[in-house]
Amino acid sequence: MPRLVSHPDEVKIVSQRFGQGAANIDRYIELGGYQAVKKCIAQGPDWIIDEMKASGLRGRGGAGFPTGMKWSFVPKQSAKPKYVLVNGDESEPCTCKDHLIFLHDPHSIIEGTIIAGLAIGAKTGFIYLRGEYRYLIEIMERAVADAYQKGFLGKDIFGSGIEFQIITQTGAGAYEVGEESALMESLEGKRGVPRIKPPFPAVVGLYGGPTVINNAETIATVPHVITMGAAAFSAVGSARNGGTRLFSISGHVEKPGVYELPMGYNLKKIIYEVAGGIWKGRGLKAVVPGGSSTPCLLPDEIDIGMDFDQVAKAGSMMGSAGVCVIDDHTCMVEFAQRTIAFYQHESCGWCIPCREGTDWIKKTITRIHAGFGEAKDIDNVTTIGNNMLGRTFCPLGDAAAMPTLAFVKKFRKEFEDHLNGKPCPFAHKN
Amino acid sequence: MTDQESISIFSPATAARFDALVLKYPLKRSALVPMLLYAQDEIGYLSDAVIAEIAQRIGITQLDVRSVASYYSMLRFKPAGRYNVQVCTNICCMLRGGYDILDRFKKELHIGHKETTADGTFSLEEVECIGACSWAPAIQVNYDFHDELKPDLVPGLIDAYRGKAAAKGAK
Repeated sequence: MPRLVSHPDEVKIVSQRFGQGAANIDRYIELGGYQAVKKCIAQGPDWIIDEMKASGLRGRGGAGFPTGMKWSFVPKQSAKPKYVLVNGDESEPCTCKDHLIFLHDPHSIIEGTIIAGLAIGAKTGFIYLRGEYRYLIEIMERAVADAYQKGFLGKDIFGSGIEFQIITQTGAGAYEVGEESALMESLEGKRGVPRIKPPFPAVVGLYGGPTVINNAETIATVPHVITMGAAAFSAVGSARNGGTRLFSISGHVEKPGVYELPMGYNLKKIIYEVAGGIWKGRGLKAVVPGGSSTPCLLPDEIDIGMDFDQVAKAGSMMGSAGVCVIDDHTCMVEFAQRTIAFYQHESCGWCIPCREGTDWIKKTITRIHAGFGEAKDIDNVTTIGNNMLGRTFCPLGDAAAMPTLAFVKKFRKEFEDHLNGKPCPFAHKN
Repeated sequence: MTDQESISIFSPATAARFDALVLKYPLKRSALVPMLLYAQDEIGYLSDAVIAEIAQRIGITQLDVRSVASYYSMLRFKPAGRYNVQVCTNICCMLRGGYDILDRFKKELHIGHKETTADGTFSLEEVECIGACSWAPAIQVNYDFHDELKPDLVPGLIDAYRGKAAAKGAK
């Protein structure tokens, strides 16, 4: 069972029930669960969407799109059924926060899904988990069955006359399925190849119906927004970034773990105070701030607030809030190689810039790290990366190119130190 | 599906589960990916017979089933060991010794990536991120997670699964 951590600076909203036995429905209710959805049934769809807009809640999957606005894009009238889709594919390296939500608080996902359904007028919600999370799927399925038993799901939820069904789904191993349209393809029983947009999911989504797709953490946050009230939730975060976030801290820190901190919390403090500083008394070399697809930051670039806008201003992205800390004993060429190897493995091959780009960058960096690189290889990596950016249907191409370009730009000297048969300067045991 | 039940290659429980699964979604085809995974859990891999029966249950061609199955990394067309050891070596696990864990498994089991021990008890696989980054290095044995591993914990883990295999074999 994953270890839970704690720090006094945490503001536990989404994680408040972690470790409290809330996977049990009666315990969840005892801890205040399923009150938010009752309030939403009483208040109606327009009120829900207004609350979500006012809360400043932005998508926790990585893009940071305002949740209330996303919900408001769904047409009120639709010939085809509308759907809510919860993205629990959680596959971006450095990210393991949804893992804990499914494990400790599955009913918050159910409650958030129902609220999203009420807001857009959907009768069905899907909760999609990556296939590797089998034990979490079982927890989720049990929670859904318990909610049906209590009459919280079904033809007449909470005796309101409103129908809402939830269907769980398992993936079977694919990073790309985390992309919203690829996830819909997968859920329709196909290869998880992304769709061309527009049309966007709010208009044509799952089974061709208008669909709201949200990250699992976003959905789990929704009931808390309703319970606390939009104003109180918004006040916790920073400007235009409401609430808290679950930060998955990994890599070379003394106390890795998932910590819930207010949006805008200082990155340097996250590393040196919350996560206990760099392990083994070493120095800091770089930080990947928001999952493996986000450009790394140097030690002098981390005195920033962790929210979508401030990290963007620093030249990277907050992404999934997966913070990976890298110490000064690490070879950045090797790190870059392992990063691109992942994206090369996961590219579906539909878009040529992504399929060829990830492959050639992987080959080139592998060669450089092995000591067989030539000077021109370094610029080649940059050229290939630049030719991938913005030239693919889904963000996987960008996700592969962005970190690579940053590694080369910020650690060019390390790449040069590997050229012409020189052994890796970091080829010692850590 | 009465005709099919009589010739199903799956256990009665799994066959019943699949009967329900095709009715679970607005479209039958949505049952395909879970069905492939659950079939693999029972049979060990996606054999020709598995693909044939699933194609029939969903009402699509076998080629279509193979095309979809080949996209997903957890699905395999060849048998694996009874316990498939999946070692994550993606960046967060790499930084905390994921490759040392992989090497130790290779050494202890005398097999490499995607290979199976002679007795069929273990197979080994280097895998991408499994969503346990803050508890790295992490592995999965079938669906069980093992977090914060150290190379020296590997032999004990292997022994524990060997014991499990022996206990099951004795039944």
